[in-house]
Amino acid sequence: MSSSPAPFQTIRTPDASPRPTKIHADGVKVIYGTKQALHGVSIDIGEKSVTAFIGPSGCGKSTFLRCINRMNDTIVGARVEGKITLDGEDIYNTDLDVVELRARVGMVFQKPNPFPKSIFDNVAYGPRIHGLAKSKADLEEIVVTSLQKASLYNEVKDRLQEPGTGLSGGQQQRLCIARAIAVSPEVILMDEPCSALDPIATAKVEELIDELRTNYTIVIVTHSMQQAARVSQRTAFFHLGHLVEEGPTDHIFTNPLEQRTQDYITGRFG
Amino acid sequence: MGPLWLLALIAGLSLFGFAIGRWKSVALAREGRQPMAARPAHYGSFVLVWTAIPAVIVLILLSIGRPYIADHAVRAHLPDNVLADETNLSLAIANVEQVANGLKTVTPDEMQNIKIGVVTARSVFAKHGVPLAGDVEPYQLAAAISLNAIRATLSDITDVTVSLVTALCLVFAFIRIKPRLRARTAVERVILVLLILASSVAVLTTIGIVLSMLFQALHFFSMVSPANFFLGTVWDPRFAAAGSQESGQFGFLPLAWGTLFISFFAMLVAVPVGLFSAIYMSEYASSRVRSVAKPLLEILAGIPTIVYGFFALTTVGPAIRDYVAVPFGLGTSGNNVITAGLVMGIMLIPYVSSLSDDIITAVPRALRDGSLGLGATRSETVKQVVLPAALPGIVGAILLAASRAIGETMIVVLAAGVAANMSLNPFTEMTTITVKIVNQLTGDLEFTSPQTLVAFALGITLFVATLALNVLALTIVRKYREQYE
Ligand SMILES: Nc1ncnc2c1ncn2[C@@H]1O[C@H](COP(=O)(O)OP(=O)(O)OP(=O)(O)O)[C@@H](O)[C@H]1O
Ligand SMILES: [Mg+2]
Repeated sequence: MSSSPAPFQTIRTPDASPRPTKIHADGVKVIYGTKQALHGVSIDIGEKSVTAFIGPSGCGKSTFLRCINRMNDTIVGARVEGKITLDGEDIYNTDLDVVELRARVGMVFQKPNPFPKSIFDNVAYGPRIHGLAKSKADLEEIVVTSLQKASLYNEVKDRLQEPGTGLSGGQQQRLCIARAIAVSPEVILMDEPCSALDPIATAKVEELIDELRTNYTIVIVTHSMQQAARVSQRTAFFHLGHLVEEGPTDHIFTNPLEQRTQDYITGRFG
Repeated sequence: MGPLWLLALIAGLSLFGFAIGRWKSVALAREGRQPMAARPAHYGSFVLVWTAIPAVIVLILLSIGRPYIADHAVRAHLPDNVLADETNLSLAIANVEQVANGLKTVTPDEMQNIKIGVVTARSVFAKHGVPLAGDVEPYQLAAAISLNAIRATLSDITDVTVSLVTALCLVFAFIRIKPRLRARTAVERVILVLLILASSVAVLTTIGIVLSMLFQALHFFSMVSPANFFLGTVWDPRFAAAGSQESGQFGFLPLAWGTLFISFFAMLVAVPVGLFSAIYMSEYASSRVRSVAKPLLEILAGIPTIVYGFFALTTVGPAIRDYVAVPFGLGTSGNNVITAGLVMGIMLIPYVSSLSDDIITAVPRALRDGSLGLGATRSETVKQVVLPAALPGIVGAILLAASRAIGETMIVVLAAGVAANMSLNPFTEMTTITVKIVNQLTGDLEFTSPQTLVAFALGITLFVATLALNVLALTIVRKYREQYE
């Protein structure tokens, strides 16, 4: 590769009282065909906390996020190198069941992608597949709470049987959030979950994230500095496929150690 | 001038109109008093369209009208006894037509001789290479002369009218070019009309086909009662000797049953195999496998059905007879429903697989990702997300295959035979509606006996049945469709 001979050094600031590590990534590289999108990313993501990924468009945030539940496996020609562990277990181990991994590590995609099914069936999809509901009432209960948590319930409670694709963009995004939390994963990966939401819905989703933090590990990609500052405990700044700096959110936003981080969060480039 | 010359004239003037329309709009734009509402090419097309279309319409109308007027002129000269003879009237008119053609070849001198009766018209015509069946009657001569005269006049009228219309429209359209003229929308509207016309061709043809079948079918039902046809269980049309009024039995049920039975087996083979291979190709196969296997599968679609017929006749049929039917005592014939169904099913595999494959591939990746991201397996994703989203298209593919199955003739003849039986045993000979249609319509026939007319009744029944099948499938699809963006 034509990158600089000296290995890239990520600047890290540890937490005052570090949380137990949920996800550990070590030298993760992703190559799409011949194009390298990530050049060795190493990071520890703490349990039951919110970690925000920020960085300019195309820097590899989504790519890294997709490594954590191995969604890159579905892309023809994508190659992942390095090591990622979940609770100490190597997720790229050949023995590991990808399906089970993805049930434990849920994902909300950058573009809302509701199934062309009814709103109810969209949310019930995961629980049905994993047999999470003992009875019909159980399933309904799961669907309703998930929709409530995603603050969508009030808007759709009268039309649960209508197709999810008929919702507005923002509603679809929340439907996808509800769908992801309905399987109660341990980790939730959210790729710009608020990109299509108005300020009110955004506030609700942020509230939800804050609530979920008590039980789940959350990784969120966002282009909004304010959102990262509001919801996350730790922030990681990506640039051109490198993890440039990571540390406690307030530290990153008040006192970044890297010039590029500083430039990015103050809006000098993007 | 003939119509070809007129068309050439119209084309030339239209192109000229395009040029001057464009030129005028450019000139107007250069003057720059007002902004132009459209681009120069639109003004050019505007003049072109307005020059060509009215002229073509007039030409078509006149061409349609001319034969009627000419026909009328001929009839005016026919004596009453000829006019009264309905059955031979068209023959009489055709004779006049021939005489008229002959007259075109003779010189004025000869014409004079013919008129005063010094020579017969027949001999003169023969000299010019126009043979006639009989001698020319005086009334025929008169009719032919007036026919030629009227034709010449009509041709002149057409020439003048069309040229005038073309020129006038050209001038008119040219004058109308103003900066505010919305040439763009006007041209667009004409294009819309063209598109509508194109689609109505298909619809009108369908209607025409149905009507022509309907007419003959009604004729058939006036000879054989519908109850006998639709409820009859014996098919034995017995080609009646000419003149004898004896007619056979036209039981439709054995044919319908044979068609359904064979199509059923064909679909039983084609749908699962086709669908599974489509799923494999689109969801599991690597692109290298796909690029080899898909064209190979599609080769199946290119094999003529007669070749499948050979295959059935020489290989599959005897094999089924020798290894299944005879050992189990189910039948003794190499021609049987199973063979036809099997071979036809193989023929239909690419119809189902190729179309379904395209449709499945068109389901957005994001949907698959959404399902996989929730921890669904590949096959759960295919079953619960991809296939439902692709359902309308897949049903379309299956329907296409089904109508191919119902309409297939060649394979049936060679694989299942031509005997109309009604049995639940798939190891017997049977045949289908289309085979019997071919049977009834081959040979030298007139469409007057029930033996031939029954083909039309069969045809229209088949048509209605396939239509009903399509409508049914459409409603089902509409009810269960899961539409993605
Ligand atoms: N499927 C793919 N095939 C090839 N290249 C890809 C693919 N997905 C992403 N890339 C490339 O990898 C790089 C990182 O993309 P990624 O989607 O991770 O960016 P991102 O940080 O999420 O950007 P954004 O904020 O715009 O979503 C980009 O240069 C992109 O072009
Ligand atoms: Mg992204």
